[in-house]
Amino acid sequence: MNFVELIEGFIRQTREISLPSFLPELILTGTIVAMLLLRIASWNRITERAAQVLAAWLPLVGACLALAATTPWFYLSDSPPADLPNLGNVGQELFGGMLIYDPLTIYFRSFLLLFVVLFVIFTQLSGIPDREDAADFYTLILGSTIGMCLMASANHLLIVFLGVEMASVPSYALAGMLKGRRQASEAALKYAVYGAGAAGVMLYGISLWCGVLGTAHLPTLAVRLGEMLQAGTYTDRYAALVLGGLMIMVGLAFKLSAVPFHFWCPDVFEGASAEVNAFLSVASKGAAVALLLRVGLGIGYVPTSVPLAPATTSAARVDNGQHTKLAAATSEARATARLISSAKVSAAADKRQALNDALSPVRSFAAWLVAAVAAITCTFGNLAAYGQTNIKRLLAYSTIAHAGYLMMAVVPVLSQASLTSADASRQAVLGIAFYIGAYLFMNLAAFAIVAFLRNTFHSEEIATYGGLVRTSPGVTVCFIIVLLSLIGIPPMAGFLAKVLIFYPLVEGGHYTLLLIGGLNTVLSLFYYLRVIKVMTLDPEPEDRLPAHFSLVSLPGVYLVAITLPVVILGVAAGGLLEMAKAAAARLLT
Amino acid sequence: MNTAVALLSFIIFLPALAAIVVAFLPKDKPEAAKLFTLFVTLVVFGVTLWVAIPRDPASDSLHFALGQPDMQLSVGLPWIEAFRIEYLLGLDGISFPLVLLTAFITLLSMWTSWNITKYVKAYCVLFLILETGMLGVFIALDFFLFYVFWEVMLLPMYFLIGVWGGPRREYAAIKFFLYTLLGSVFMLIAILMLYFSSDLRQLATEKNVALFAAAHPHLSNDAGKDADGQPLDSPLMQKFKEVQASEHPWHTFNILALQQIGQHTNDAEWLERLRAGGYDGDKHPFDEAVFLGKSVQWWAFVLLFIGFAIKVPSVPLHTWLPDAHVEAPTPISMILAGVLLKMGGYGILRICYPICPAAGYELAWAVCGVGVVSMVYGAFAALAQKDFKRLVAYSSVSHMGYVVLGLGVWSATQANGFNPYYWEQGVTGAMFQMIAHGISSPGMFFLVGVVYDRVHHRNLDEFGGLFGRMPLYSGLAIVIFFAGLGLPGLCGFIGEVLVTLSAWNFSKVLAVISAGVVILTAAYILWTIQRVYLGPEYKGPHGDHLTPITPREVAIVAPLVVTSIVLGVYPPAMLDYLKPSVDKTVVELATWTKDVQPYIGLDEEQMEEAQEEEKAKTAALLP
Repeated sequence: MNFVELIEGFIRQTREISLPSFLPELILTGTIVAMLLLRIASWNRITERAAQVLAAWLPLVGACLALAATTPWFYLSDSPPADLPNLGNVGQELFGGMLIYDPLTIYFRSFLLLFVVLFVIFTQLSGIPDREDAADFYTLILGSTIGMCLMASANHLLIVFLGVEMASVPSYALAGMLKGRRQASEAALKYAVYGAGAAGVMLYGISLWCGVLGTAHLPTLAVRLGEMLQAGTYTDRYAALVLGGLMIMVGLAFKLSAVPFHFWCPDVFEGASAEVNAFLSVASKGAAVALLLRVGLGIGYVPTSVPLAPATTSAARVDNGQHTKLAAATSEARATARLISSAKVSAAADKRQALNDALSPVRSFAAWLVAAVAAITCTFGNLAAYGQTNIKRLLAYSTIAHAGYLMMAVVPVLSQASLTSADASRQAVLGIAFYIGAYLFMNLAAFAIVAFLRNTFHSEEIATYGGLVRTSPGVTVCFIIVLLSLIGIPPMAGFLAKVLIFYPLVEGGHYTLLLIGGLNTVLSLFYYLRVIKVMTLDPEPEDRLPAHFSLVSLPGVYLVAITLPVVILGVAAGGLLEMAKAAAARLLT
Repeated sequence: MNTAVALLSFIIFLPALAAIVVAFLPKDKPEAAKLFTLFVTLVVFGVTLWVAIPRDPASDSLHFALGQPDMQLSVGLPWIEAFRIEYLLGLDGISFPLVLLTAFITLLSMWTSWNITKYVKAYCVLFLILETGMLGVFIALDFFLFYVFWEVMLLPMYFLIGVWGGPRREYAAIKFFLYTLLGSVFMLIAILMLYFSSDLRQLATEKNVALFAAAHPHLSNDAGKDADGQPLDSPLMQKFKEVQASEHPWHTFNILALQQIGQHTNDAEWLERLRAGGYDGDKHPFDEAVFLGKSVQWWAFVLLFIGFAIKVPSVPLHTWLPDAHVEAPTPISMILAGVLLKMGGYGILRICYPICPAAGYELAWAVCGVGVVSMVYGAFAALAQKDFKRLVAYSSVSHMGYVVLGLGVWSATQANGFNPYYWEQGVTGAMFQMIAHGISSPGMFFLVGVVYDRVHHRNLDEFGGLFGRMPLYSGLAIVIFFAGLGLPGLCGFIGEVLVTLSAWNFSKVLAVISAGVVILTAAYILWTIQRVYLGPEYKGPHGDHLTPITPREVAIVAPLVVTSIVLGVYPPAMLDYLKPSVDKTVVELATWTKDVQPYIGLDEEQMEEAQEEEKAKTAALLP
């Protein structure tokens, strides 16, 4: 294969597979470009006004088109055909291995795009951003969403870093979107400084891994790591690898707002508007969990999509002190190439099995790390939420706690990721996927209520909601449903989601973690129930504006429309459950 | 079968649907909401009563057949298929009397609610949702569904106490919520453990066909014929074959299936291996050690028991009860005492013992101990109370202790040749005590409420002489209080005596203590009657408000008085319903005990030793 053939092959692959599969992101990019161009249209007042109106609705159209291009209903059905277009039976690497395109990618991408669609409608109804800012605001939102899509499909450490940065940098600006508000500027600055620090540490970790293992492509990385552990060579480099892993975890923990990298979260949530909070707590969390799965499984498991026949050479390449072996190995590889293909396949399968066995300490180390962070995060979030008087701060700590629950489910994904117990691992991925789906509605609804009530009462203190049930019963019932779902009380979606998160913990034998998760549910009752108590049992505060929020209004209808799924997914979860199952089905094959 | 689905779903969900209707009634007509709610509770009670009336099964299949120990009217529809969660309902002698009790007490309680004037519409909505939750708990046979109904009750109860309660209502309401949720979380962990360890394929073997059928009473075994007259597989056999052919473990939430899997006798192959001394570490799935060296069923039993004991409530997990009872409005106290406490006992009997028998056997002393401590502690605490309602609340703790003792007594042992007779007595006594307490305790709370409505205090030292002022009320009250005391001829007596007799066979010490508690009960009840009803004249404030009891109040308390006399004089009125199912449960557990008792609680080495011994014994007997 000469150079021209190589280039032609790459171009063909890009044109025929990569670009069509990347279409949703391309549509978002196109929307962003169009919105930036709209800014130019300010030569007279009429065009300026038209551009402003367009800027409000263009992102909705773009996001809807991107969602349509993702076609989750086609890929994530109950029993999809074995060979899906552009997908193969496992997954397809795009752009020369930078991205992975598999059902999990499709699930998370659909999740993010559905959220953006609902989010744009929400922000149109709640009035933030104002007309002036709309173009900038949505440009940042869509840009960040592209970054999150990359996070969910990362297959290369470079994309891991790129995705995190693309998702974060617009978020810093979004946090400071409320101009002229000191708290917002403070939030943005804190977020940016913290984010930059975390990204730097993460980049250092990535470079350590790349340096030791000689690649940034995650599956190859896993192969190298497996071979290294198999051979038992270079034990002096383990420390660098562990350090690198811990540093990458810092970056991920920052995105997940996991303890001890959560400090930005309450401050940013208090300073930024409720709309931006919704974006940060739903989309950003979802993408971060997806990235944690990608990195964890990426280094801990060698999937069938990695061709293993020339693997001996790559092992030898690491082993650069022994050139003679390299020659021997390549000739050996040539010899094996002559053998019949079935033998090759079974040899590759054996090798994969051996590599995956060798990687088991990596998985259990990662599982331990995530378990410890998850347990602390969950407990801390729930305890710290107790003393909050501002609803946005309270929901910030609630977000931290829910990140903890989500990370708990990552533990069995990693610890059970071997050929023998892959079902249990997939079960846990299913739980995470369903949880994220349910979480979208409950948290979006919670922040929508906060935003609408802010517009009504001009306050975000919990005390303002005193006796709300007597003046605005509809919104109170919606909020109670959402809060119950966040606690995890049936028949709300949050309960089923929690069961699906806890069940893999039983399957994986993580009883201590299960007990911590269970007790945290009880802890969380305190503060969620306090909000319910204030709304129903307390008297109305005297200094509250004499206004009320009726469900018979556009925001009210929107609120009902996103609260209903919280109940429906709890009693009739069929569709989402199937999608989550399909999303997990082709992992670890 | 479809009519059974409709019937049971109607009973459960009629109140919930009515709640939606009430929510849309006009706000300015509170009387309409109350009347409508009362009508709905009446309909629910009427339907359950109609199901209870014995009829000729040939003419009408929609009734509860007496003398039939198995699940009746059972139905199952798929719900969340990915996890094989089913909408599985059914009634048997253990659940049906409690359903009847629930409908009865709810009806009376709604009528008691007539003097609720604050936010009537919201009250009615929450009340009806509560009723759906309560009925659902007793009728559900799928563990997941059971849990959902169990939790559905929490929030209505929180609001009913927190909005309409007494001065410390918010504290009491959150305390109730917290305790119950803690228990629920433990229960959820246990449910997940059992679900994961269960494998329906164990029942789907040729030998266990009968057990498989018992676990799926909703599937008929009527094989129809296809167009060519060829016999088809019956729904039961279809399911059987499907399970049998499954490659992966078939986890299940079906409570009946878990019971069958849980009782080792059902796994004939396992027992045969055990008897043949071929023990090779191939344990029953529930015996797998999971945490701190204890088995799945040990942990499941403990976690479930904690969850249920909180509801019962047993000492030391009872502290929510006095607060909740005292602060709750009278009708809600009636529901709490009459129905909610029974869920603990029901759970222990339906779930803990049949699913985790080995753990139950191992922990029999712990359970009985908890029961006796509750009895004694509750009685002493009741003696010390100055608040009338608090006294009744502590009497509940004491009386429910009998239930726990009756359920915990494991008297089918080697010593009596695994004779289940005394055990049946204990469990029957516990069931009867639950019903009796469900009659007398709401009555007592109602009677306290009657006098509280008039004089607005409950201080026991400031009563007296009520007999002279309200003679009819006092007469009715004395009957109800004596029923609580356990006077022969009234309903409280039967349960207590059966439990005490049964406990004698298990442990004479416990029996003596539980008999002794009767004296303490007599002491606090008689002392209360003396302080409140007897004496020369009323000593407290608002004496001029002591008007005679109204016809509505008489109409509420009269059914309770009548029921407690009828059940006391003619216990078979209730025993006919519950005995067959209770006996069946106990006999199955006794058979299980007989088969595996020598091996319970042993680790692998001890197990081998025990088998060696048994082999040696057998060898010695052989010529």
